[in-house]
Amino acid sequence: MSTPSQTVGPYLSIGLPWDDGPEVVPDGTPGAVVLRGVVYDGNGDPVPDALVETWQADADGRFDHPDDPRGRVAGFRGFGRCPTDERGRWSIRTVVPGPVPGRDGRTQAPHIDVSVLGRGLLHRVVTRIYFPEHAEANAADEVLNSVPEDRRGTLIAVREGDGYRFDVRLQGEGETVFFEV
Amino acid sequence: MSLPEYRKDPEGTHPPLGFPGYRSTALRHPKQPLVLLPQMLTEVTGPLLGPGRLGEHDNDLTRQHAGEPQGQRIVVHGRLLDGDGRPVRNSLVEIWQANAGGRYKHTGDRWPSPLDPNFDGVGRTLTDDNGHYEFTTIKPGAYPWKNHDNAWRPAHIHFSVFGTSFTQRLVTQMYFPEDPLFGQDPIFNSIPDEKARMRMVSRFDLERTQPEWALAYEFDIVLRGRNASVFEDVEDEEDDE
Repeated sequence: MSTPSQTVGPYLSIGLPWDDGPEVVPDGTPGAVVLRGVVYDGNGDPVPDALVETWQADADGRFDHPDDPRGRVAGFRGFGRCPTDERGRWSIRTVVPGPVPGRDGRTQAPHIDVSVLGRGLLHRVVTRIYFPEHAEANAADEVLNSVPEDRRGTLIAVREGDGYRFDVRLQGEGETVFFEV
Repeated sequence: MSLPEYRKDPEGTHPPLGFPGYRSTALRHPKQPLVLLPQMLTEVTGPLLGPGRLGEHDNDLTRQHAGEPQGQRIVVHGRLLDGDGRPVRNSLVEIWQANAGGRYKHTGDRWPSPLDPNFDGVGRTLTDDNGHYEFTTIKPGAYPWKNHDNAWRPAHIHFSVFGTSFTQRLVTQMYFPEDPLFGQDPIFNSIPDEKARMRMVSRFDLERTQPEWALAYEFDIVLRGRNASVFEDVEDEEDDE
């Protein structure tokens, strides 16, 4: 009985962005990194009217949420949102999350859940960002291992400057892996 | 570790990502199959966004400027619920919309209908303990777009809601009853299931109209429901014995 999804349309920047949306953590937070990328369409052109939203655990792998069975850790928003600019670019300031419990007593590699919304997207698309320095944890990660091996790389950010680059390719050559949640 | 699990919506509830009638999907829909993401801790939690996100008059789009906006004043209200009818409490609801002439306050909107200096078209509020929200705003106008021959968008208000988990995140559009433009609009008609599609249409609510002041529309938003947890199932079985 759910309400259907509809596109955010071209004018999402009227209602969705916040001044502090890209700041998952305040400037000066120890360990803060900038995560940035470009959203591309099937022609390889940048998408200037999209919104990237992120959701993640804190540096210890904890959530500020009542359904975290280890107990809620208050104070970490965990959520970032950034519209793309005229060149399709987005960025957030955050911390690399810690490992998060998975199923059957296993641990998940550090990851960030991502929604991309935009004109021409009738429903958000969902992906995950992993980090290159966690090669061992990534190799053991249940979700990464469920993805065809030749496409796994689209989910791993690239170390760059003061943080990481994570480009989103909605379609075509090097298409990002998107998930059904 | 016992986690909540959110039921999948039935086939036909949501639009396909590729929908030729809406031309902008052509280069923006993934062509590779989606990979199933199990609902683990990151997916069953989500941002809890509270009063810090709200400013004064965010729930009354007619009071954000010194002057009154043009157009028909309306109250839009309803409840944010999960698929089992449980209210989603203290949850951020964001809206944005065109003005009475169908024009968005955005540099990209070139439709030559006048901008209204007293209307920004953006609102935010929190649901209350019963999941109820309410906005006062102006009925948006229809507007042309270039998607197809003589294309017009039915009047609509964009809604963004979070629910309590990443799996419940939803952006939708609220439409008005019996709009004659429904039949030619591919965005509205991208929803395969007709009953699901009609859940995006608000209900005219005579009881909530305000005399000499505003018409009213009711629009409930329903998010994915939770499956009973394994733990609860065990309790149920014990109750049966």
